[in-house]
Amino acid sequence: MPDTFALEAEDIRKTFGHFTALNGITLSVKRGEFLALFGRNGAGKTTFLKIAATLVRYTYGKLRIEGIDIREEPEKVRRRIGFLSHNTYLYRDLSPIENLRFFCRLYGMPDSEEKILSLLDRVGLRRRASDPVRGFSRGLHQRLGIARVMLHDPSIILLDEPYTGLDANAVEILNQILDQASAAGRTIILTTHDLEQGLRSATRAAIIDRGKIVFDGAAKDQAVRDAYAAYIRVGVGR
Amino acid sequence: MKPITAIIFKDIVIEMRSKESVSSMLMFGVLVLAIFNFAFEPSSVDRSLIAPGILWVAFSFAAILGLNRALAMEMDNECLQGLLLAPLDRGDLYLGKVASNFTFIMIAELIVLPIFVIFNNLKFNFQFLEIAGIACLGTIAIAAIGSILSTISANTRMKEVMLPVLQIPLTVPVIIASVEATSMVLSGETKGISSWLYLLAGFSIVYLIVSYLVFEFVVEE
Repeated sequence: MPDTFALEAEDIRKTFGHFTALNGITLSVKRGEFLALFGRNGAGKTTFLKIAATLVRYTYGKLRIEGIDIREEPEKVRRRIGFLSHNTYLYRDLSPIENLRFFCRLYGMPDSEEKILSLLDRVGLRRRASDPVRGFSRGLHQRLGIARVMLHDPSIILLDEPYTGLDANAVEILNQILDQASAAGRTIILTTHDLEQGLRSATRAAIIDRGKIVFDGAAKDQAVRDAYAAYIRVGVGR
Repeated sequence: MKPITAIIFKDIVIEMRSKESVSSMLMFGVLVLAIFNFAFEPSSVDRSLIAPGILWVAFSFAAILGLNRALAMEMDNECLQGLLLAPLDRGDLYLGKVASNFTFIMIAELIVLPIFVIFNNLKFNFQFLEIAGIACLGTIAIAAIGSILSTISANTRMKEVMLPVLQIPLTVPVIIASVEATSMVLSGETKGISSWLYLLAGFSIVYLIVSYLVFEFVVEE
């Protein structure tokens, strides 16, 4: 049953000129699964997530999100996806509440004031709702980015290195939100360098290297740690 | 229409706070008018011959400054990517950016225009409104092509330089048509002006349609 999958990637390839970023990624993620994607810098994690978020056009292959081909109906796909990158995509001259209002309008969600305030509460930014984002630290930025991602209740959440630059409090808030989202049956795909953070709530783990999936297994298995340790060792010696 | 108005509203709020786009266009436009005003003595050359050219040099180069600012706002913190994540046709995002760019360029032009009238000893009569109308048509074409070219130049190394390099050659027909139409209005001989106005309208429509269709391919990596 193809529609039981949140994401189905078949032989996804992406080249930037002569550089091959993805070299045939085949991956299926079931609905409600929490996948942690590990890999070193330049392995292709971000490119893969950006392709799934319809921000980057793949060169070859097929990718479906909840049964929808991302090339045929990208607008439908975008409605189901929440994507958080290194950059939070927030306007520095607007306040958190203005940023979220703007994204609500873009997503066609009128009268969402209550939702915005409750999200700001969840990420601990209610008191700073009217301050310009320009004055926010990296951690506060990222918290607001999380609120932006959750704004339209996406069924699939894509997170690219979400823990980068977060303090312990912000990490705790992010983990709580991810746990709630996972418990609510949302599919989460997270990329990280941090094995412990990545495996904390994940149900499945994969390692990507030079544009290919080189390991795929249950997050709780020792095999993940062994594979990651071997992957890092080989990487250092290479 | 709602996403387009949301983009315009957002850009207006940001511009009201930063005051970067309109103020830089305004400063540039006024400076160009002032420099040319001192360069050409009122008695030396027939003002109606050179005045339209001066006006459109000020408008077109000021517009490039404004388009660069609008681009910088979307590139800061990769906000453009945030827009691209919205469940909208990419073309609608393009139309939103065109509308806000058009609004800011027009605001600057409508402030520069009375200064042009004063510098050239013209009168605030129907002529003034006719020139404003020509400016409006010309600005649609400039904003239409400028919005997509600024997005293209954003992905290049010398983005601030690349925009004028791409924009100026493509807007030459628009500037020529605008200068000719403005010249006719100033000289009072408006017979045949419609052909220049049709040309302006034609370029605006072609630039809008082509850019609307290709915007998706420009913004996706």
